[in-house]
Amino acid sequence: MSTDLALQIGEHALLARAEFGKLIDALRGQGYAVIGPTLQGGAIVYSEISGESELPVGWTDEQEAGTYRLKRREDEALFGYVAGAQSWRPFLFQPRRTLWRAKGSAADFAIDPDVRETPRFAFLGMRACELKAVSIQDRVFMDGIHPDADYSARRDAAFFIAVNCARAGATCFCVSMDAGPRAEAGYDLALTEIIGEGRHDFLLEVGSPRGAVIASLLSLRAAGDGDAAEAEAIVERTAQSMGRVLQTEGLKSLLQENLEHPQWDDVAERCLSCGNCTFACPTCFCHTDEDVTDLDGQAAERHQRWDSCFSLDFSYIRGGSVRPGIASRYRQWMTHKLANWIDQFGESGCVGCGRCITWCPAGIDITAEAAAIRASIEKD
Amino acid sequence: MAKSKPKLAVWKFASCDGCQLSILDLEDELLALTGEVEIAQFLEATRAVSEGPYDLSLVEGSITTAHDAERIKMVRQQSKMLVTIGACATSGGIQALRNFRDINDFVAAVYARPDYIDTLATSTPIAEHVAVDFELRGCPVNKHQLLEVVTAFLFGRKPMVAGHSVCMECKMRGNVCVTVAHGTPCLGPVTQAGCGAICPAYDRGCYGCYGPQDTPAMPAMSKVLEAHEMKGRDIQRILRTFNAHAAPFREESQRHDAADDQG
Ligand code: SF4
Ligand code: SF4
Ligand code: SF4
Repeated sequence: MSTDLALQIGEHALLARAEFGKLIDALRGQGYAVIGPTLQGGAIVYSEISGESELPVGWTDEQEAGTYRLKRREDEALFGYVAGAQSWRPFLFQPRRTLWRAKGSAADFAIDPDVRETPRFAFLGMRACELKAVSIQDRVFMDGIHPDADYSARRDAAFFIAVNCARAGATCFCVSMDAGPRAEAGYDLALTEIIGEGRHDFLLEVGSPRGAVIASLLSLRAAGDGDAAEAEAIVERTAQSMGRVLQTEGLKSLLQENLEHPQWDDVAERCLSCGNCTFACPTCFCHTDEDVTDLDGQAAERHQRWDSCFSLDFSYIRGGSVRPGIASRYRQWMTHKLANWIDQFGESGCVGCGRCITWCPAGIDITAEAAAIRASIEKD
Repeated sequence: MAKSKPKLAVWKFASCDGCQLSILDLEDELLALTGEVEIAQFLEATRAVSEGPYDLSLVEGSITTAHDAERIKMVRQQSKMLVTIGACATSGGIQALRNFRDINDFVAAVYARPDYIDTLATSTPIAEHVAVDFELRGCPVNKHQLLEVVTAFLFGRKPMVAGHSVCMECKMRGNVCVTVAHGTPCLGPVTQAGCGAICPAYDRGCYGCYGPQDTPAMPAMSKVLEAHEMKGRDIQRILRTFNAHAAPFREESQRHDAADDQG
């Protein structure tokens, strides 16, 4: 059953909880592989779903530096958690892939670019910070002279359903980074989950022509002014309850002018150089290539995989690694995210999702490290 | 004119044979391998032995006897390239636990006739005795990495074997961190990748069987383990398993000696 409401871009309507499953059905009906939040390994993990029963109904998360725990909620919210363990990054920028294969013969060799069918993903439940992170990676992978074909194809095919945050986690600081908690742009559809006083609805906003097509397949009802105001209030409350703050004013020069600050050695005593922060971060884009051959030397392949500035090989040039010590690696990570990224791409490389804080086994907090440097300078 | 095939030799020192079995476990590729190399010496698989010199020697096991300390020199002399495989050959193996105690006590406790036993006081990696061209870690080694190393040496290229942490493999595989999400102590941050992050994929902490990553932050690791309710004595124990003699694990385990005495 479809609705008579033909929504235009920028318009909204209400989707009842009871009708929510049809959103997933509609996306699947249009040929999308729906990727949504699921419960896996004791966390919220974005993974392919075939129906609403796979969503983490009534679950939430408690995050702090170095810890993450799932908890039951008192209600049956579908999106009652904060940021998932991993972002959407692995679906667009694959952890490992084959770039090409080559076959040799006595006289010649031929290259097979290993082109595969592009998956059409619909990401259900993107947070504002995650949408912003995708736009940051777009700039890295699609804006240069050599756009990444695999990323671009996956990105162009993907359908984004944002969910405005109704709750902030203890490691969230999107407000500081101007990246949330309301999804402002870049989505096809945006949802705000409204629960209370006997109701459970979603305020659905259309962000693109593709979004309007999917919306036309749903049973929607007109939203009143009160609904829009309620959705607005939910997001506003979230904005007021950020778990962390990063003072960004003057941060770029603060970091760039303090490359020999003793705080780098201090953090190096705690940092494991494990690289979890860079692999959990939704904007990190570093990767390396590996060439392999088969045993008879007649076939070769070039593989690409994620790499991190926390590995020794990352900065290896003739004669050794440029960053042999952990202090220089942590400094690379933090100055790149918060300062040098601005020189490179015109914006910060951090969206304040808090993953690097939560998923650091040592509980190192990028906001606290920045604050420590600032405090010591302001004291002098 | 047919080019003669490179000669591959496989040698065993103090070890369990598990890494050699990883070679036999290469079922699908074994035939292709024998097409490209002459297996000149591999007693686990065949009694046929052909004389050196060898183009590539794969060495399993550690040095625990005076006889083996001499024999490895002979292997080195006859090998153009020498690659050690597995925790025993690269760090001394689980038998390096003897290095922390008096060997005579062990011999007396274990053997009915201790005087029959002629052994060194320590179990040491091959690289402490002769020059080694490449060390492939793991207990046992991963067969795909082993094939990559042999292939790389056949073509004189660099083996694609990463030295970074297990954590990066976890994240690439999509594992949820067992320390952060469950509070389970895990050696992944200080352990070299290569296993494919198997243990965390099954909700277990990493046991460190691939030995230290290229820059392991040991004191910081101990702090994280302590924060997850591991006592000094248990930290010492987990560091003293397959790679107890690997310098970063060994030195950190010794820092917990005081705790051990009190324990
Ligand atoms: S630096 Fe940390 S908080 Fe910022 S986007 Fe990356 S993971 Fe999120
Ligand atoms: S922080 Fe490190 S891994 Fe992330 S993009 Fe920058 S250099 Fe790459
Ligand atoms: S900051 Fe934390 S997550 Fe990042 S490398 Fe250091 S210990 Fe690992």
